Amino acid sequence: MSVNPGQPVVAVVQRIEIKKLRQGENLILGFSIGGGMDQDPGQNPFSEDKTDKGIYVTRISPGGPADVAGLMMGDKIMQVNGWDMTMVTHDQARKRLTKKKEDVVRLLVTRKSLEEAVKQSMGKKYPCYKQ
Amino acid sequence: MDTESTYSGYSYYSGRSRGSHRHGERSRDRHKSRSKDSRSEKSVTINTPPAEPLLGDSSVRGEQVQDDNWGETTTAVTGTSEHSLSQEDIVRITKDLEDSVGLDCRRYFTLTLAVILGLLVFLTPLAFLVLPHLLWPEKLQSCGTACEGLFISVAFKLLILLLAVWALFFRPPRAGLPRVFVFRALLAVLVLLFVVSYWLFYGVRILDSQDENYQGIVQYAVSLVDALLFIHYLAIVLLELRQLQPCFSVCVTRSTDGETRHYNLGQLSIQRAALAILEHYYCDFPVHNPALLSASKSRAAKHLAGLKVYNVDGPGNNAAAGLAHSQSRAMIAAAARRRDTSHNELYYEEAEHERRVRKRKARLVVAVEEAFTHIKRMQEEEQKKAPGDVMDPREAAQAIFPSMARALQKYLRTTKQQHCHSMESIQQHLAFCITNNMTPKAFLESYLTPGPTLQYSRDHWLARQWTLISEASVTSGLKDGSVFLLKCVDFSLVVTAKKIPYIQMSEEYIDPKSHKFVLRLQSETSV
Repeated sequence: MSVNPGQPVVAVVQRIEIKKLRQGENLILGFSIGGGMDQDPGQNPFSEDKTDKGIYVTRISPGGPADVAGLMMGDKIMQVNGWDMTMVTHDQARKRLTKKKEDVVRLLVTRKSLEEAVKQSMGKKYPCYKQ
Repeated sequence: MDTESTYSGYSYYSGRSRGSHRHGERSRDRHKSRSKDSRSEKSVTINTPPAEPLLGDSSVRGEQVQDDNWGETTTAVTGTSEHSLSQEDIVRITKDLEDSVGLDCRRYFTLTLAVILGLLVFLTPLAFLVLPHLLWPEKLQSCGTACEGLFISVAFKLLILLLAVWALFFRPPRAGLPRVFVFRALLAVLVLLFVVSYWLFYGVRILDSQDENYQGIVQYAVSLVDALLFIHYLAIVLLELRQLQPCFSVCVTRSTDGETRHYNLGQLSIQRAALAILEHYYCDFPVHNPALLSASKSRAAKHLAGLKVYNVDGPGNNAAAGLAHSQSRAMIAAAARRRDTSHNELYYEEAEHERRVRKRKARLVVAVEEAFTHIKRMQEEEQKKAPGDVMDPREAAQAIFPSMARALQKYLRTTKQQHCHSMESIQQHLAFCITNNMTPKAFLESYLTPGPTLQYSRDHWLARQWTLISEASVTSGLKDGSVFLLKCVDFSLVVTAKKIPYIQMSEEYIDPKSHKFVLRLQSETSV
């Protein structure tokens, strides 16, 4: 995945569907996010490129809905329910994930190991996500 | 003040031009009966007393025998006469009488030259104006208004010249330098040539032809005075202003204990730079204390005594040089191999000394603070009420001194400063502190840290003659990398000069509105 301003982002992504869990009045997903357009990208421990201002998964509550669905710590979230998450502020990201009317969120996430796995299995050519 | 003549300030030139065994210390001169003391008014450098030991443990100094046990045995001050002479002083006087005769002749010679030049210069314009009236008064045109106006101008310019020369040259010489002060000599020659050439012109064109145009003659005299003022301006620039801008950074190190200071000097000749450095030396360097060096000397002696190398081949060996070489190499190698525990001893000795000094200092501080609480300054109203038992500062100092004397003496002994302070000087200092409402801490400050040489008694810093040792000529200017030595009896100062580099400065403009900041956030939200 490369982040060139103005250029389309190319990445290998995984689809993850998380069903929200009801806890009292809240619907929780069971993970924490960090990053965003208004945050300092240099302090992100998970990103390869320290100018990447995307949304990253920083913590997963064990046994929670995200853990069950296969989300891993360090994943970069590219889309939530069709909404782009690569160029949003931290608060906008939070809002898109915690809409009260939605029970299920479908995420497109990417991580380094995905690219390597695809490279190994398919040789040079591999399906890529184009935005 | 010199009472001889107006231009005797040129004696500054004479003072600089000759080295001297001078006696200064005017107060001492007044005390002693001297036959020739007229020389001593102006100078400050003092000659070396012969073989004077500065190590103070068994010191026979000045006018009284120093009793090192004064802290324990004294309860009252015994005054000594200030007019007594010790054996050292008598030897010093006879040495002075022997040495100074030849040098003073030279000094008087240059002084008279300077006076003659001064008189010549001052009287020349007046002579130019007066001579026509004396020699051909009937032929002379009468002096009109413009001409009389020029008289006023001549008078005031001469007055200004007089004051200016008095301000610049008419100062007591600070020191005697080994060589002629080049700029002053050049200026004197320039002035002489100038005046001589004016006289030549005057003699040929005016006296011989008996010119009637008096206004022209007066203008000629005015031009002479103007030119003299400009020469005086040149003198100021060469003598005073040129060395003000710092050009060299000199590093001065004392050879015995390594004290180093750095100073900035302008473009000076080596001898003037040496003089400037010495003046800074007396203010900045802590006083030279030979008692502190004994420890390292004893360690060095132990190193040398550790190995003895014997010449088994007998004396008069042909290969003596080679043998000495191999001997020294053998010594160094053996010393390196031998297990030396002297570093261990040094470490523990220093730690122990430090502890002892701190303990004595604590006792001293407490004793002094307690002593100071015994006296109280009396207010004006109380003075009228209780006239009895009132003391002036000196008596008050003598009253409280015994309670702190023992602690102070022990402290001075531990820090090896006891020869720097006599009992009299301590009591004087105590009276001074009491008079000026100083705290005990202020009183102790001069004993806790070794101060600059100026702080101590005149014995310490006036008994010095300095020798300038230099490979380059001492009248040549300072250059980058010049090294010279200033040697005195006990130690020497090693001086290295480095040129201050050319500084290239550029500017950068910052718009005040360009200072903007953002928060560096790193939030984590759980969803």
